[in-house]
Amino acid sequence: MSAPQPLPLEVPAAAGRPLARLDRLGSLLTLCATAALLSTPFMLVKANRIVPGVPRSLFESLPHGGALGCLMLLALAGGIAVTVQNARLRLGAALAGVIAISVASGCAARALTPAGNQVIRVAAGPAFWVLLGCLALLCTDAVTRLRPPPARRVALLGLFLIASLLLLSTGLFDQLSVMREYQVNHERFADELRQHVLLALGSLGAAVAVGLPLGILCHRVPRLRAGILGTLNVVQTIPAIALFGILMAPLGALAVAVPFAARLGIRGIGAAPAALALFLYSLLPIVANTVLGLQRVSCQAVDAALGMGMTAAQTLGRIELPLALPVILTGIRVVLVQNIGMVTVAALIGGGGLGTFVFQGIGQTAIDLVLLGAIPIVVLAFSAAVLLDALVEVLNRGRR
Amino acid sequence: MISVENLSKRYGTSTVVDDVSMQIERNSITVIVGTSGSGKSTLLRMINRLVEPSAGRVLLDGKDTRSEPAHLLRRRIGYVIQGHGLFPHRTVEENIATVPRLLGWDGARVRARVAELLEVFQLEPQRYARAFPHELSGGQQQRVGVARALAAEPAVLLMDEPFGALDPIIRAKAQEDLLAIQRRFGTTVVLVTHDMDEAFHLGDHVAVMSQGRLLQYDRPAQLLTHPADPFVSRMTGLADRAMRLLSLTTAGELAAAGESSGPRVPESASLREALSEMLWCGAQSALVVDEEGRPRGQVTMAAILAHGRPR
Repeated sequence: MSAPQPLPLEVPAAAGRPLARLDRLGSLLTLCATAALLSTPFMLVKANRIVPGVPRSLFESLPHGGALGCLMLLALAGGIAVTVQNARLRLGAALAGVIAISVASGCAARALTPAGNQVIRVAAGPAFWVLLGCLALLCTDAVTRLRPPPARRVALLGLFLIASLLLLSTGLFDQLSVMREYQVNHERFADELRQHVLLALGSLGAAVAVGLPLGILCHRVPRLRAGILGTLNVVQTIPAIALFGILMAPLGALAVAVPFAARLGIRGIGAAPAALALFLYSLLPIVANTVLGLQRVSCQAVDAALGMGMTAAQTLGRIELPLALPVILTGIRVVLVQNIGMVTVAALIGGGGLGTFVFQGIGQTAIDLVLLGAIPIVVLAFSAAVLLDALVEVLNRGRR
Repeated sequence: MISVENLSKRYGTSTVVDDVSMQIERNSITVIVGTSGSGKSTLLRMINRLVEPSAGRVLLDGKDTRSEPAHLLRRRIGYVIQGHGLFPHRTVEENIATVPRLLGWDGARVRARVAELLEVFQLEPQRYARAFPHELSGGQQQRVGVARALAAEPAVLLMDEPFGALDPIIRAKAQEDLLAIQRRFGTTVVLVTHDMDEAFHLGDHVAVMSQGRLLQYDRPAQLLTHPADPFVSRMTGLADRAMRLLSLTTAGELAAAGESSGPRVPESASLREALSEMLWCGAQSALVVDEEGRPRGQVTMAAILAHGRPR
């Protein structure tokens, strides 16, 4: 051993104190989950879909062997979250936990529903949701630590979605209250989902088609910039419901005055004012980010492009827009996620979309119907964010 | 040949370039030098119409530059700016191919030209053709900028402070490269700088500008020996004007027959460098040698001193 030993410049601060080696986030989440599991019911059994439920703990919901197995898996996930730093292991443990409580809730619903009873409803209780939230946080934390490249993040998302759909299609969860609501509404669900995505993407498409040229105009003619951005800013501050109201009168009048417009589906209520309002909300982020992106393009590159004989249009199309694209896409990401959430409110004026279930559920005090609308909205928004973030990151590579 | 005739540029009430006329010789390097705000860049940018003149005109080989659309004119004129202005989202290869592609050259011709230029500028194609600008060093980026400007074989190359962002050692190398390239392609170069040393080193002719006016346009030695304006003397510097004069002549040009036991200086070295070497060695003469080290003659201290006086 002639090689010189490296100097111990930095003694791990936690070397002597085992407590300090515990993972802070993991400990906090494990504490929360344990508290929820001990103090709140895992499942709720309701006599019908609108009355409050009777609480059932994990052990009251499942055969004892199953409950014990689930509990042991959760304990293992908690232990790993508290003591292990390896991100892959943490991700695996958290995912195993998610699968364990999902399967447990599905099995519990089956076990608690008397055979042939169509009225009784079994829903997941607070403990389930707290556990799911804690485990989801552990998952995202582990993914963040792994820092996967964009393609792998998209692949992970795809894998997660496919696995969820496969699990749902096995029928394991069919006795859960949310899935019972789905079975009742499954034809409408497909329509409303399609309508939701169409409204979100359609208004985004229109906003890009109008906002991009408007942003370029603002960049080229600085005198217009303050006026246009100011106006769009004011639009942004109007609450969605108020904007629907404001649009109702002119669109209604238009439908009366121009029968052709009415035949196209333009009316004071329905999808037309919803799409128009979403379009107006979408304009500001797209115009503002287009201006910002174009401003950030190196003026030397633009000078060189013109100096070498590109026309103004060629400079815009080949140099300025490609270089501004990551910033413009960031604006599009904001708009898409914002729209997916905001389409929900469109249901209030008959615009359709998954919000229909949310507001019907609120009206009927049927929480499971609300969830039938809300869960897919969250999944859609999350997926859109992951996809566009990955796209922005890919485009940002190889250019500085 | 480029004829600049009574060229002026006014923005509102301020005159940036004031009635400038000059004839720029073919196959030479002309340097426009001046302090910041002297209008030198604007004058350069009026040649390729990035700035449209308020008055006067520019003739390129006898033809008014306004007789064709500006973007078509610019494709025939190379253009290099400070900080290179490379397109960050395009590879070195794509950057260099910009103007040939605009001109609609076929793929094989573009590839051949890019390969030739990469070689001329000492950029190994396998390593650099597919690289992005941010992966290159400052000196390499600058070389790609010049290669891009020369891609479509323009007869005229305009350079706006092309070496301003480089450190002194890379800058000296870039200047030597430019001289070699200019000799190789015979390009007419018009270069703008605020650095008098650079102007004297590169310029066959130097134009001194101040406050939009062209004060003097002459060979470098004439600026030293016959300054047309006190400002020209201030720009060229009074304290070391004899040394500057010596730096304009090479040892090879002054070499006379004879042997010398003094230091050996290459024939491409300036008299200033030869003198410095002789002072360092305490010698009265130096042996001038060519690239292979063969003696070409000698230069004496007396001959150098005589050359440092204005005639």
